[in-house]
Amino acid sequence: MQSSRATEVVTGAFVLFGFAALFFLVTQITNKELGIGSNDGYTLVANFENVGSLKVGAPVSMSGVTVGRVESISYDQDLYKAVVRIRINSKFNRIPNDSDASIMTAGLLGGQYIGVTAGGADQFFKDGGQFVIVQDALVLENLINKLAAGFAGNKTDSTGD
Amino acid sequence: MYNTFKQMLLDAVAGFGAVALFLLRIFGQLPSALLRPRLIASQIHNAGALSLVIIMICGLFVGMVLGLQGYDMLERFGSESALGSAAALALVKELGPVVAALLFAGRAGTALASEIGLMRATDQLVAMEIMAVDPFRYVVAPRFIGGVVALPLLTMIFIAIGIFGVQLIGVQQLGVDQGTFWSQMRGSVEVEDVMQGLIKGCVFGVACSLIAVYEGYTAAPTAEGVGRATTRTVVNSAVITLILDYMITAVML
Repeated sequence: MQSSRATEVVTGAFVLFGFAALFFLVTQITNKELGIGSNDGYTLVANFENVGSLKVGAPVSMSGVTVGRVESISYDQDLYKAVVRIRINSKFNRIPNDSDASIMTAGLLGGQYIGVTAGGADQFFKDGGQFVIVQDALVLENLINKLAAGFAGNKTDSTGD
Repeated sequence: MYNTFKQMLLDAVAGFGAVALFLLRIFGQLPSALLRPRLIASQIHNAGALSLVIIMICGLFVGMVLGLQGYDMLERFGSESALGSAAALALVKELGPVVAALLFAGRAGTALASEIGLMRATDQLVAMEIMAVDPFRYVVAPRFIGGVVALPLLTMIFIAIGIFGVQLIGVQQLGVDQGTFWSQMRGSVEVEDVMQGLIKGCVFGVACSLIAVYEGYTAAPTAEGVGRATTRTVVNSAVITLILDYMITAVML
């Protein structure tokens, strides 16, 4: 039973590799931070009433082109609103500061992303800038409620007439 | 007819009993085997490090196929952004542990069974017994431990490479957004899911290693007997792995 130095090195490398894979699986594919986009770019803030199922790392797009990522989502207890921090790629440094941010859904069951529509101001967003006009995530239940209420309203109107 | 059936049933029960007693004998030698880390290290090398290449290649291609098939299927519902979570969950909970165990049985299990079987056929095990050296301590237990340690590690490597393969096809080739891919995956995969994959890997490691050393040790001391032991190792490992997989999934889901 000769166990040479090479065997030991290969075995050690294999064991370390296995544990590295386990570490990767636990930290990278479960809920944990991953530096997407690194430090390149600048941060903007948007306060939403409801972010729906928006997730950290979701894309931020303008006219369908990805310009940044959602960096963090937190809850502000003073405003009673969700605070979404967005990291925009430094290439896109001329976004008018009256642009609006809305949470949209890709496809019927797809993931949610933030769509930014350019405004008309000649001042541009700087690091730490805040979106004034925002549109919340579409909550299906609210929409159905509204629709149902609308139908009920119409019915009473028609009977009233 | 009735007698043959009874005989088969008795044989099956006796088989399980023999394997269980065999496992107990290995457990009896575990403490003294663990005192010889070099012996175990060389067996981890045999069972694990030498299986690394096949595990990595198969993991990559299983992941790539999962990327193609998953994308094609999810695209029909317009939800290809869920590719990350669907593929990762499939790999972590099912495909990773099971395929890694089947490959392990084919690559390392057969090697173990034929090695011990040849030791039996060439009277090496008998020679050890005559010298008052317990073959369980020097031959069987280190190989068993090596397999038990190696398979969970191989499973984790398989899954990690598989996710890389999914990413390669889904993100780089088919154009699923990278942020969506990873954020959806991270949103749906829990640490418990990874632990379930790890537990499956450990259980399959015990089962496959036990079957391999048992079949090798009890092989008929002929060339034919060694060949038959090798075949039985692969067949029994595959069947037991899939049965255990169902049981663990049913319990842990």
